[in-house]
Amino acid sequence: MNLELLTKLTQAFGPSGYEDEIRALIQEHAAPWADELRTDPLGNLIVHHRGNGQGEKIVLAAHMDEIGVMVSHVDKEGYLRFTRIGGVYPLHCIGSRVRFANGTQGVIYLEHREDASTSPKLTQLYIDVGAASKDDAPVSVGAPAAFVRPLVQQGTRLISKTLDDRIGCYILLELLQQVQDSPHDLYLLFSTQEEVGLRGARTAAFSINPDLAIAVDVTGTGDTPKALPMAVALGDGPAIKVQDPGMIAHPKVRQLLVEAARKAEVPYQLEVLRGGTTDAAAMQLTRAGIPSGTLSIPCRYVHSPSEMVDSQDVENAIKLLTAALA
Amino acid sequence: MKREKLIEILQSLSDVMSTSGDESLMRQALRPLLAGHVDEMRVDSLGNLITLKKGTGESQLRVLVTAHIDEVGMIIVDHTTDGALKVRAVGGIDDRLLPGLNVCVGKEQLPGVMGVKAIHHSTAPERLRAIPIKDLSVDIGAKDKKEAQHLAPLGTRVTFSTRAHPLGELLAGKAFDDRAGCTALIALLHGEPFPFDLHGVFTVQEEVGLRGARVAGYALEPDVAFVLEGTIADDLPKKEDVSLTSEIGKGPVLTVMDHSYISAPWLLRHTVKLAEELGIPYQFKQPGIGGTDAGAIHLTRGGVPSLTLAVPCRYIHGPISLLKPEDLEATIDLTAAALRNLTAEQLATN
Repeated sequence: MNLELLTKLTQAFGPSGYEDEIRALIQEHAAPWADELRTDPLGNLIVHHRGNGQGEKIVLAAHMDEIGVMVSHVDKEGYLRFTRIGGVYPLHCIGSRVRFANGTQGVIYLEHREDASTSPKLTQLYIDVGAASKDDAPVSVGAPAAFVRPLVQQGTRLISKTLDDRIGCYILLELLQQVQDSPHDLYLLFSTQEEVGLRGARTAAFSINPDLAIAVDVTGTGDTPKALPMAVALGDGPAIKVQDPGMIAHPKVRQLLVEAARKAEVPYQLEVLRGGTTDAAAMQLTRAGIPSGTLSIPCRYVHSPSEMVDSQDVENAIKLLTAALA
Repeated sequence: MKREKLIEILQSLSDVMSTSGDESLMRQALRPLLAGHVDEMRVDSLGNLITLKKGTGESQLRVLVTAHIDEVGMIIVDHTTDGALKVRAVGGIDDRLLPGLNVCVGKEQLPGVMGVKAIHHSTAPERLRAIPIKDLSVDIGAKDKKEAQHLAPLGTRVTFSTRAHPLGELLAGKAFDDRAGCTALIALLHGEPFPFDLHGVFTVQEEVGLRGARVAGYALEPDVAFVLEGTIADDLPKKEDVSLTSEIGKGPVLTVMDHSYISAPWLLRHTVKLAEELGIPYQFKQPGIGGTDAGAIHLTRGGVPSLTLAVPCRYIHGPISLLKPEDLEATIDLTAAALRNLTAEQLATN
C-alpha cells in the first residue's frame, strides 16, 4: 500500500460540488500515466488511456466527492447552523470537527435537550468556530465543510474519514499503472456529486458513451456486533456486487469480475446490499443503457468520520481489476 | 424595462390560469408580449415555449435562461350526486389553506367555492384539524351530477381566483412562483441583444417534477443555464434566531445548494462578483430547501453548469403571494449583468 498517497487522498477537501482540491491531487498523480485528461462541465475528471483498437470502451468510476455539511445560518452569537451534503447522520456529528475551504475548523455540538431519549435532529446541532459574534464568524451562509479525521493503519486495517470513496480513487490510480498494456480503451472517471444523487457519473457516462461501466466504491459489511445480516466481511476479498436498491448488476459484468478473481487467484465475495447504491446505477441507465457493475471494498462505519477497510481487500481489488482488463 | 411596465406584465400574468400540464393560457398570454423581441418562437412536444434571441455574434456560447409557466392548483377527479366537484392537488398545495376559498374552474373561469361546513355545525376539535383535500369539494352551484359533469368535466383544472393588486409598497397576487421569473425573462428578452444567442424557455410542469425543463435542456444543449424563480421568503418575525430561507427587500436570492442541484461554484462566484461591483443587493437562499428547473437542466446530456436566481416571495404556493418590485428589478439587473459578462474562457477554465 502507498500510504502516503492514500493519506493525501483521504485528507483532501472535496464535499459534493466542491471537488477542486481533490481533483487537482488526482490529476497530478494520473497525468504521467494517461493519454488524455479532461474536466467536464460538472467537474468530473476523465482520465483516458487508449487501447490497441481491439478492446472495448470501458469506464471505471470512483467518486471524488465526500459527504459534508453546509452553513445555513449564522446566529448573532456566531454559532453556525447547517444542512447536510449527502448522507450525514446527527449521531455521527456530535463532537466531530469540520474544516471549511478557507481552513477554518469548527466543532459540532448539540443544544441542551430536556428529552434526551430520542436521536437528535440535525436542526438541533450547531457548529462552533470560536467566533464571538455573527460579524466575527470567518465563514458565512453557503460555505461547505468536510469532516476532519486522520488516516491510521493498524495491522491490515485502514481507518480514516472519506474512505468512501477515496479508497476507490486510490485503486483507480494504482490500477492505471498496471493496465498500461491493456487492449481496452479505458476511461477512469473520477466523478463528482455521487453523495447527493450520482449526478456526475450520469453526465460523464453520457458524454463518454462506453460499452461497459464498472464503479469502484465501498459497501457495508455484516461482521460487526449485532449487524444487519449481510454476507460480506472485512478481509474476505473485494465484493462483486449482485445488486443493491439502485441497480441489478449486469450478469456479463458480474461474470467478468468473477472470472478475473479466479484468474488473478484472489478471494472475492458476492454482495447484495440492502441500503445505498453506486455510480453504476446512474451509468447503467444512460442513453440506451450501459451494461454496468460494481466492485466494492467492504467497509465498516460508512458515512461516519471513521470508516474502516482492510488493505488486503484493496490490494486484491487492484489485482482483480488488472486481470479483468488484461 | 420601466417599473410600471414590469408591474403591469407581472399582474397580468399572475391572473392567468396555468396549472401544470395545462399551460395553454400562459403560452397565449406570452406570445404578444414576446412578439418583435425574439427571433424565433416555437412550442415543443411537452408544451415548453422556446424562444431564440439572436446575439451580436461576438460569442459562440449557447446560453439557456428558463422560467416556468405552470402553477400549483387542483384537478377534478370526480363529481358527487349532488353536483359538487371532488379534487386533488396538482403540485404542492397546503390543505389548510383551502376551505372557504374562491376558486376558478376551467378555462372559462367558472367561479367556485371550496365548500366547508358552517361553524354552527362543526365541533371544536374538528376546527383544530386540517381537512385533507380529498374530503373537500368545490361548489359551482350545479344542481346535480349531470350538470356538474357538463360544466366541469373530469380533468378540468381549478386554480385560486386571486386578481393581482398593489399592497402598500408590495404586490399581491397568485402564482408569483413563477410569474416573477417569467416577468424577469420577458424583460431580458426585451433588452439589447446579448453577445451570444440566448435561448429563453418558458417551461411547463416544473411543479410536478421539473419535467419540461428536462426535455428543453436536452433539446437545446446549452453551455450554461440560468433559472429564474420566485422563491420562499419567510421573513416574518421568528421567536428564535434561526435560518431564514430568504427575505423580501434584500434582492435576488441565489441558490448555492438545494435538493435538486449544487450551483456551479464558478458561476456563483461570477454572479456574486458582479453584484458586488454593481452594487446590486443579493442574498443566498438557505441551503438544502426546495428544488428548481436547474435540478433537471444541469443533468442533461454531458452536464450543464447552472445557477438559480429568484425573486423572494412571501406565501408562495398559496392563494396570495407578495413580492417587492425592487427585488424583481434587481433580479433582472443581476441576471442581465451575469449574462453580459459571461465568456467562453470562463467555461474552459472552470
